[in-house]
This record gives sequence, C-alpha cells and structure tokens, in this order.
Amino acid sequence: MTKSELIARLAEANPHLYQRDVERIVTTIFDEITNSLARGDRVELRGFGAFSVKERGARIGRNPRTGEAVNVAAKFIPYFKTGKQLRAKLNNPG
Amino acid sequence: MSGKTVTRAQLSEAVYQEVGLSRNESAELLEAVLNEVSNALAKGGTVKISSFGSFTVRQKGQRIGRNPKTGEEVPIHPRKVLVFRPSQVLKNRINRDRQPGAAS
Repeated sequence: MTKSELIARLAEANPHLYQRDVERIVTTIFDEITNSLARGDRVELRGFGAFSVKERGARIGRNPRTGEAVNVAAKFIPYFKTGKQLRAKLNNPG
Repeated sequence: MSGKTVTRAQLSEAVYQEVGLSRNESAELLEAVLNEVSNALAKGGTVKISSFGSFTVRQKGQRIGRNPKTGEEVPIHPRKVLVFRPSQVLKNRINRDRQPGAAS
C-alpha cells in the first residue's frame, strides 16, 4: 500500500470528506511525526508502535568500491519499535 | 534534545488545527490511518509512505533461544516482525536542526 492508496481507502470509508482533506490529514500526521523526531521527541502510539531517534557515533567507514577509508560523521537515525498489539496482529491476523 | 513524548493527543490536535474537522473526528481519522496501515501489514503487505519511510513484514525462522535467568533452552517459534525503513528525506530532516553529541 502506498500513501496514495492509503488516502484512497480512507476517502472511500469517509465519503463525507473531500479527498483533498483526507490527503491533508494523512500528510499532517506523517509530517507531525517527522517534526517531532526532528526536535528529538519520541512519538508513542500505543498499540501501533513508537518512533524514536537514536544517535550513531562517528565511525570510519570504507568505500566498498575502492576500499578507501572515509570518516562518517555522527548522526541521528530514526527508529521504530512495533507495538505489542500490532506485533500480535502480524502473527495472528483477523 | 527536548526529549518529550508525543502521543495520539498531539497528532490529532495537529490534524484538528490543519484540517478543520472537529476534535473528535480528527482523533477518529488518526485512528483510521493507523488501522489501515496495521491491516495492510497484517495481510503481509508493505506500506510505503513517500518522504517518510516504508514498513515491511519480515518472516523470521525458528531458532533456539535461552532463558537468560535459568539457562534453559527454549525454541523461538517462526514469527513475523515489522521492519521500518526511514526514507532519505526523513533521515535528512532529523539531522537538519540538531547535531549529535553536543547538547543533545
């Protein structure tokens, strides 16, 4: 499922809403998660999962083609931990 | 790092501010989004949200685990796990305003 398919499904289930509004709803949700993570906040959606930001230290990487050593700067990476209910649902759908 | 936890309340507030539905309906729509994503994943599909990331389901095989307290061997059954791969846009965005180390 892509973002546009997600929007289409929601629009179908909510015929009283304009497709344009459904689009804005979906975009707002993922933008808000992104902005929260960019501030360093955690986003916890009980039953679904939690997004957080982890810090990766600087390291010496290697150019896989040339074998040359390159410095890789420290950076933040987004991380998702699946919620309990969703994890259960994956293994026992329906 | 401000280090707060954002929950459904803040996300549905953002939807309320942005779209002009009632607070109640904003909360319902947020839930509907999470449900649609969950259901698609439960069916074994991939969910790709452009400029955010993709969720895929990975099948894990059986392996032998160990109860760390008793040392007892226990089989870990085959199971499905969810993997989130952040998009390059999300990764860039997360590193745009803050530097690791320093005052995080």
